[in-house]
Amino acid sequence: MQLQQMYQEIILDHYKNPHGRGLRSPYDAESFQVNPTCGDEVTLRVHVVDDVVQDVSYDGQGCSISQASTSVLTDLVVGKPVGEAFEKMDAFVELMQGRGQVEPDEDVLEDGIAFAGVAKYPARVKCALLGWMAFKDAVARSQGAA
Amino acid sequence: MTTTAAPLDVTALRADFPILSRTVRDGKRLVYLDSGATSQRPTQVLDAEKAFLQQHNAAVHRGAHQLAEEATDAYEGARQRIADFVGADFGELVFTKNATEGFNLVAYAMGNAATSGPEAARFVVGPGDEIVVTEMEHHANLVPWQQLAQRTGATLKWFRLTPDARLDLSDVDSVITPRTRVVAFTHQSNVTGVINPVDVLVAAAQKVGALTVLDACQSVPHGPVDFHRLGVDFASFSGHKMLGPSGIGVLYGRRGLLEALPPFITGGSMIELVRMEGSTFAPPPQRFEAGSPMTSQAVGLGAAVDYLSVVGMERVHAHEHALTVAALEGLGAIPGVRLIGPQDAVDRGGAVPFEIEGVHPHDAGQVLDSLGIAVRVGHHCAWPLHRCLNAQSSVRASFYLYNTLDEVDALVDGVREAQKFFGVA
Repeated sequence: MQLQQMYQEIILDHYKNPHGRGLRSPYDAESFQVNPTCGDEVTLRVHVVDDVVQDVSYDGQGCSISQASTSVLTDLVVGKPVGEAFEKMDAFVELMQGRGQVEPDEDVLEDGIAFAGVAKYPARVKCALLGWMAFKDAVARSQGAA
Repeated sequence: MTTTAAPLDVTALRADFPILSRTVRDGKRLVYLDSGATSQRPTQVLDAEKAFLQQHNAAVHRGAHQLAEEATDAYEGARQRIADFVGADFGELVFTKNATEGFNLVAYAMGNAATSGPEAARFVVGPGDEIVVTEMEHHANLVPWQQLAQRTGATLKWFRLTPDARLDLSDVDSVITPRTRVVAFTHQSNVTGVINPVDVLVAAAQKVGALTVLDACQSVPHGPVDFHRLGVDFASFSGHKMLGPSGIGVLYGRRGLLEALPPFITGGSMIELVRMEGSTFAPPPQRFEAGSPMTSQAVGLGAAVDYLSVVGMERVHAHEHALTVAALEGLGAIPGVRLIGPQDAVDRGGAVPFEIEGVHPHDAGQVLDSLGIAVRVGHHCAWPLHRCLNAQSSVRASFYLYNTLDEVDALVDGVREAQKFFGVA
């Protein structure tokens, strides 16, 4: 059934038990992103020390896809150098924009590969990228402030 | 509204809409419950467009050849039939790109009034003047007024909503005051289907000499509407929500007002006399139809009102009312479903928004889609309304003449399915 292809167990697990949720201090920059078509929103903070992502904390309202993908994001980038975090982001964005034609690399994206099915639904790609756009923006802000 | 006419023969009528017999998502029967966003078109409309393009296509209002003459007749003939359909005179309807352009036309023309001739003085707004809208508005009838206020220094005010999503008119006289220049409001909410008391607002506006601008996008397609009887000054609606083509909308303006209103978009076709130093403008409606207009779209919309007229708008309204009652009952009986807006079908058209506890609207829409059921999810271009009702977004089912009670049942079953899928039932 198509629905299960999209809503992999991994996604539903992250949705019901999100990792890293809640806004925390210390942080260097914060980003607020909204999906204007559905009103979903996320506020995300990053704490970067010596070019390493020390913490990502977030709060928001949104569908299972946007919430789960932000949860996966924290698993993927916390503790990683900014460069490596951005490589993972690029891989995730490529997967999501691939219309189901991109084969994800589990070594890079870990739980993120579960979103491969979401990429077949263009209307949901923005949901999956909401938290990532906030992460990108927050890191840029933290670097701008440094 | 009551009707003594026979109910619709929906089975026969559905045969006119080829798209309704297609399947989606691996062979699922299509259950189209998103006509509030856009309606489907009957073959009569598609055929009228095709026949125009195959037999009469030419630029209208220019050219001395036979095709130009026929195209102009088809275009203006459509205007006449649409005018008859909404209780207006021929010269009171302006073709626009869509309903949004109609609202912008009025708002921008009012903004241009300060630098136009003395006949336009009645449209001037500035500091100290007030523009009144409602929290119920679609962004199309809200943002242009926010912008006009911003450009002119006028103040934007608004009617609030009651907890059951109807207009709170308890303070009419403090919202609409002698400083009010415009009252812009919707006839029927695109989210909740709530039908507003146009008479109350028109009377309050007329008492202080304010103009009224009606969003008729959801009323004209779904029931009998007579602009002269309603007494509004302007009204805007779109073709694609009433079985017609996209790319065409209609602005209604009372004759005397359109005659005095300065233009918005300028250029070819809307002029009277052009010299290098300046130009004068054609009388309405041409003054507001700059450039090459849509032609097959106007013809298609003419065919759509012919179709609706044969069906009968009283019957359309009664049919949708029955569907709405059934949907409110069916959805309302499911534990964990919150109906947003009025809980009953009184003074209401065929739109039913709701939330499912524990299932985000986007996810609910996805489950329904997997079952072949097309609904709208999100804030439906009415973000302030959702905020008022403590909803971040909602699922909206909206009905039209071709929907059936069977489809309402499918929706109700689909919602239960969504609850099961997300483990909340």
